[in-house]
This record gives sequence, structure tokens and C-alpha cells, in this order.
Amino acid sequence: MSKRTSGQFSAASMADIAFLLLIFFLVATTMDIDTGLSRQLSPYDPDQEENDDKIKERNVYVVLINSNDQLLVEGRSMDIRRLSEKAKEFLVNPENKDNLPEKTPKEIPFFGEVMVSKGIISLQNDRGTSYGMYIKVQNELIAAYNEVREDVSMQKFGKHYEDLPKDKQDAVKVYIPQFLSEAEPRNIGGN
Amino acid sequence: MAKFKRKGKGGVPEVSTASLPDIVFMLLFFFMVSTVMRETTLMIDQTLPGATEVKKMERKSLVSYINIGKPKSTLQSKYGTEPRIQLNDAFAKVHEIRDYVTAEREKMDEKERPLMTVSLKVDDKTKMGIVVDVKQELRKASALKINYSTRKVETIE
Repeated sequence: MSKRTSGQFSAASMADIAFLLLIFFLVATTMDIDTGLSRQLSPYDPDQEENDDKIKERNVYVVLINSNDQLLVEGRSMDIRRLSEKAKEFLVNPENKDNLPEKTPKEIPFFGEVMVSKGIISLQNDRGTSYGMYIKVQNELIAAYNEVREDVSMQKFGKHYEDLPKDKQDAVKVYIPQFLSEAEPRNIGGN
Repeated sequence: MAKFKRKGKGGVPEVSTASLPDIVFMLLFFFMVSTVMRETTLMIDQTLPGATEVKKMERKSLVSYINIGKPKSTLQSKYGTEPRIQLNDAFAKVHEIRDYVTAEREKMDEKERPLMTVSLKVDDKTKMGIVVDVKQELRKASALKINYSTRKVETIE
């Protein structure tokens, strides 16, 4: 057996101990970055009037989800996979069709005077709709908006929307406003 | 021209490991400090739905959470299987949300209050009924910025 002089001890194992702790913390750490879909609710108005009739029918894209998680879009049932594409068509209205939303001229920085769509997407759900489905539909609709914005950005600036500086992003936002209304649920069938 | 002479014998000198513990400790402290232990224990089962169009939430100090879901199986004998709302550490009724929002708002800086966001962490399988009630309460409490908490996924199945 070897004798060690007092007052000295090996620091070699210190690193091991520290590593052990380090690895524990590395594993235990959940860097849970919160991600999610941000939405803005409309202010509460106790005597909420139905102001639906003020908005023309052609400007509203009605998406209903019933309690069986089925979609009814503009009066017809639809598969969720086609929703994003159809919503995009509604938002852009490339051929200025009569049944798709109107456009109003608006002065926007970078774009000059352009025609801005008046389209509103109205999402209504039943109380029995599952939250998972609701989020899926929200996701598709937001995807439609994002795609349209991306297209505009690529056309105008030749850059991805994400890479644009803030002022240009804001201009695109004004050009393609996100009007996504989450209406009060109605019992639209089934339980 | 100066000549470089290697001192001692030819071998490569050993790297001193004396500073290794210091480095590792530094990393350790970093992780210890940055680790946020979950403040609230979830009393509900929660599988967040997946979405592709997610955005990161920027500032945690501005976010308040509302959890909704079925009580955990161990708690089901006490609280039943119906989805419940959990605020902080306790189950709450819908009408308590307004007080919760007010309390959360009080905690914030006056300047930052308009930026307050409420994050809804809702289980996938919950029915929308309860979520709608919560949303309605939030509107009444004028906490209008909300965030549906979701996982980031590449494609939705």
C-alpha cells in the first residue's frame, strides 16, 4: 500500500463527479420552448348583435366543424387535406370571380396602391368538436394565410417571408390581413 | 536565425487536467441555473395537439397558463374523468379564470400588461365545449391575446 502525504488529495476524480452531475442536469433539463398558434380574441360585448348581414356573403368563408369532427365548408363537406388549398383560393381570388371576396384599393408602403381582399374566414365549431380537430383546422387556415404571404413576398421581394425585414413583413401583413374569426359555437348538429 | 530547441525529452508534454473540473463545473452551473423546474405539477393528462404553423413564444414572463384535460388516473377517483381546468396547482371552475387573469396581470409590470398572453394548454381529446367557455371568460377578462399551445410537427397525419 502506498502512503499519501497528508494535505494532498487527488483532484482527478473531481472531474468525474462534476461530469456525473453535469450529465444529470443535461438529461433532466427540459428546455421546453413553448410553441403554439397565436390568436387574438375579439373583445367581449355583452349585447352582441349579429352583424353578419353587414358583411356580404361572398366575403365570408364559412368553415363549420360538427361534433363528429366533420368539416362543412361553404355549405359543402370537405376533406381537411384540401382545406388549405381552397382557403388560399378564397383569399387570393386571382380571377376576381363574383362568388369570391371583393377587393378594395389600398395604399401600402413598398407595394403602392394595391387591391386588398376583404375576405374573412369564419371558423365555427360545435361544443362537441374535439380540440385536436379544431387545432388541425386552425392550423390549415393559418397555413393558407402563411402560404399566400409567402407567395406575395417571393413575388415582390424575391425572398422568403420569414427572412424579410420587419417593415417589409408588416407591409405584407397589411396586404394580406389575417381575418380569422372564431365565432361563438352553435350546436350545429349531433351531440 | 534563432533556433528552437525543445526542452527536455522529445515526448509531447502531458495536458494538464487540473482545469477540467473548473470547466465542467462552469457548465454544470450554467445548466443548473438555466434549468427551469416546472413550477406547477400537472394534475391532468395532457397530450398537446401537433401543428405545423407554430410560432415560438417570446417572453415567458408575459405568459400565463391554463391547463385543460382529464384528471390523471390516480386522481380520477376524486375528481372524476370529465376534463377539468387547472390553474396553478389546483383545479378551478370556469368563473375563477377571471380572478386568475386579474391576479396574473397584477404581477406584471404596468408597461407590459397589454402584452400579456394566455397560453391554453389543452389536451388533444378534450371537447371544445369547455375550451369555448374558457375563451368566453378570457374575453370577459379582456385577456385577448391567446395562444393555443401545440407541439411542432413536420406533417399532420
